[in-house]
Amino acid sequence: MNPYFVLGLLVAAILAVGAWQQKKKAALYELSWGVQIFKTLTGRHFLLQLAGFAVFIAFWQLTVKTFSLPWFNRLPGPWECLMEWLSPDPAYGISIYTEDYYKHILFSTYRATTAFLLATLLGVPLGLLMGWSRKFYQYSFPLVELIRPIPPLAWVPLAILVLPGDEPAVIFVTFLVAFFVTTLNTLLGVESIDESYFRAARCLGADKQRLLLDVVLPGAMPFIFTGLQISMGAAWFSLVAGEMIAAQFGLGFLIWDSYSLIQYPVIIIGMITLGIIGWASSAVVRSIGRKLMAWRERELYGSGQSG
Amino acid sequence: MGNNGSKNGHGQDKGELVIENVTRVFRLPGAPSCTALQECSLTVERGKLTVLVGPSGCGKSTLANIAAGYDHPDSGRVLIDGRPVTGSGRDRIMVFQETALWPWMTVLKNATFGPTMLGEMSRSDAEDKAMVLLEKVGLKDFKDKYPAQLSGGMQRRAELCRALVMNPKVMILDEPFRGLDVMTRELMQEYLLKLFQQTGLTMLFITSEIEEALFLADRIMVMTNLPGTVKTTVETDLPRPRDYQVLATERYRQIKSQVMESLYEEGAKIFQRLDGIQDLLGNCQASSQP
Repeated sequence: MNPYFVLGLLVAAILAVGAWQQKKKAALYELSWGVQIFKTLTGRHFLLQLAGFAVFIAFWQLTVKTFSLPWFNRLPGPWECLMEWLSPDPAYGISIYTEDYYKHILFSTYRATTAFLLATLLGVPLGLLMGWSRKFYQYSFPLVELIRPIPPLAWVPLAILVLPGDEPAVIFVTFLVAFFVTTLNTLLGVESIDESYFRAARCLGADKQRLLLDVVLPGAMPFIFTGLQISMGAAWFSLVAGEMIAAQFGLGFLIWDSYSLIQYPVIIIGMITLGIIGWASSAVVRSIGRKLMAWRERELYGSGQSG
Repeated sequence: MGNNGSKNGHGQDKGELVIENVTRVFRLPGAPSCTALQECSLTVERGKLTVLVGPSGCGKSTLANIAAGYDHPDSGRVLIDGRPVTGSGRDRIMVFQETALWPWMTVLKNATFGPTMLGEMSRSDAEDKAMVLLEKVGLKDFKDKYPAQLSGGMQRRAELCRALVMNPKVMILDEPFRGLDVMTRELMQEYLLKLFQQTGLTMLFITSEIEEALFLADRIMVMTNLPGTVKTTVETDLPRPRDYQVLATERYRQIKSQVMESLYEEGAKIFQRLDGIQDLLGNCQASSQP
């Protein structure tokens, strides 16, 4: 893998997404593309976002480097981290030009995605079933409520004992948290559906199966997707906890390993990478939700018609 | 209009809805039981628009729910064309107080849900049929909109279409225009009359507004307050087609005073039952006198 190529690809991807959104906006306001980009870059919204980052980085620089406060002075400064991150020849072996960096990202992404998909595949049907059938709810809800508060880390020993190898153990721990979030949000979604939607469907002759497909599922969709966004985030944070304990690769492992080896800039690089990937994965879930729920989008933003 | 129960031009079977000695008591733990309906009997004749008026909280909605099959009477029964009703069924379509269009379907999808789901009609047939109805109520251009994009009045009209597509024997409308502004409400009443005259459907319309009842009805039934039962029946022999000119006629005023008299007696009963409040009112009056 040619590292320069990867860097170029990343920058191109970010620019392409940005440009595409600008184009959409330009079309919406009937402006030319250039004017729209200029407006965005000088807009209040964008400047405030930029200011937020600036304050954060300034705080970091001042505490760690400028005043070198006790305890803080052990940490690397922003510039140091950025240079290490972008260095073709990194002092601690991890930067955007090293193969290992992407290997860690790949491992973590693979685990988080697997756990998230498993949680969705099992959690959504379970939640729908719990909301749809009183009897099933009574069976399962107390059990779910009892197991749910157990923190993911408490499962690690059991997972390692029972499951073959570290890999399934880490995925299992990640899966658990995402699973409960998805299940409970789906259940909440079914319970939130207005009774009149059921009555109307029954009135038109719908049986239980049709109710499930045509009322329960679409009606619970907004809550399901809120749940999936939370579950994606939850998957990431329990993944990192799992990786710190039982893994040979992955961003959680990288952070913990760098701590043991006193390679502090790598910790920061790992954390920032986690932030970016976590944000991107939630954004993906959100945009899929928007596509699937066009009706809700219209409900929330502007109906416009009257008469 | 032919009231003999034969099929009309639209191929719709008009039904006769009979409610026989229906009693419904609500029992809640920790509260005195409430008799919503007491030996209530009424007949909704084939192809007629019967309006049930009564003060709010008199058991009208309970009656509607029982007729539609959502609720079950403690005694008595409901018959459609002589056959007892046991649950909700597609021969009686109900239109509710609150809008119950599914927000995740477009207007057309909402309207064609019933026929296509039952597999009675192909999608294109159902769409053709729904489009005829949507056009009648002025929603042709809004077929691909979602309910949230429509105004309240448009939502009610779409809901009427969704019900009518099913060719019900009886249509039960439980205060369907409540919450609409006056203008929209009057428009909706005209739309409903138009649809009624074109389909000749048997309709049971429930309302607490006298003007609405008079404008729409072939026959008005006034309900007593809890426990609910039919108190008086007034034939509204105003000529059809009706428009708002009818409000100015002498006959309209006669019927209106007849219904109002009956209704206000019921309204007054609510206050009589609340003795404490009446005493309070009495005291207030006494103290305000010089």
